[in-house]
Amino acid sequence: MSYLNIIKNGIIKDNPTFVLMLGMCPTLATTTSASNGMAMGLATMAVLICTNVVISCIKNLTPDKVRIPVFIVVIAAFVTLLQMVIKAYLPDVDKALGLFIPLIVVNCIILGRAEAFAARNTPLASLFDGLGIGLGFTLALTLLGMVREVLGSGAIFGWTFIPENYNILFFVLAPGAFITLGYLIAIVNKLKK
Amino acid sequence: MEYILIFISAIFVNNIVLAQFLGICPFLGVSKKIGTSLGMSAAVAFVMVLATLVTWLVQTYALVPAHLEYMQTIVYILVIASLVQMVEIILKKLSPALYQALGIFLPLITTNCAVLGVAILVIQKEMNLGQSLVYALSTAIGFGLALTVFAAIREQLEMTDIPKGMRGMAIVLVTAGLLSLAFMGFSGVDSGLRGLFGIE
Repeated sequence: MSYLNIIKNGIIKDNPTFVLMLGMCPTLATTTSASNGMAMGLATMAVLICTNVVISCIKNLTPDKVRIPVFIVVIAAFVTLLQMVIKAYLPDVDKALGLFIPLIVVNCIILGRAEAFAARNTPLASLFDGLGIGLGFTLALTLLGMVREVLGSGAIFGWTFIPENYNILFFVLAPGAFITLGYLIAIVNKLKK
Repeated sequence: MEYILIFISAIFVNNIVLAQFLGICPFLGVSKKIGTSLGMSAAVAFVMVLATLVTWLVQTYALVPAHLEYMQTIVYILVIASLVQMVEIILKKLSPALYQALGIFLPLITTNCAVLGVAILVIQKEMNLGQSLVYALSTAIGFGLALTVFAAIREQLEMTDIPKGMRGMAIVLVTAGLLSLAFMGFSGVDSGLRGLFGIE
């Protein structure tokens, strides 16, 4: 499988949000605007690429029985690093994403890819898999954030173009997240046929 | 009074699933039948209270005195993972019947972000041990309530004729959205109660 194909698979065929439906908590919680969704996607992608490469490098050194705990420690270490970097350099992002940065540890996408891909492939292939799946996740979150931001606050990436009186606040609140994602998945299902 | 406020607010006003988006995976995954969702809720309640107790003690008596607060994420996830494993072993030995009922759900709980989320939230909100435990228990009840109500709706949904494109996850998410909308009706109840009890 060529590396380009691995990336393409991650974005389209194995899209974590629309096809595999993994990592739903951050997907729903952080997509109140396009930029928040994108920040969450990029943070997850950074952790995913690092853990994929490291796990692929140590896959022959870890006994099968303690595989999962070892993977979790690797993931938690990278999440802690990311948490510190974001706190130090991007305090706004830290405020917007809040609790969901430490919770990247329990994002099923990351452990899922470690098990399904990184533990079976070379470090380089795992790097591209992390890139592809990460991009797929980021694109999906940005799209969802964009739809919610346009409908809910009449803006796109913070640039307002619909006056406040015509905004539908519902889409920025919790129920709007579920319903927007539900309809987006329905549209994706329709397009697939 | 303060405990009642935490209790009501965590179950209805800030429901962990429908308002805070934690524990969505089991909420969408294990909500096809009322029976299994009750089992899952019980297992989550058990682990959530236990995990909050242990992580609170670890944070207060180990991490803070040693100035290792930045290790929170790693330590917590390890504590939760080993706790789940231990509970599984103990249950298997002591109460095979309960193990039979909860057994399959236990491994799933390690990756339930609600457990880790609550453990981190009680530290962020600077709650004391009593408040933390009440908060963990009420959050678990809120999770169970949302999960069971949702499972009941999904059982009915099985029998309806759904448009082709909406079948599967799409209709499930829209239904969850409507349930979340219903729970939004409770917003403001907590500040009303606060006024009633005279708590700041």
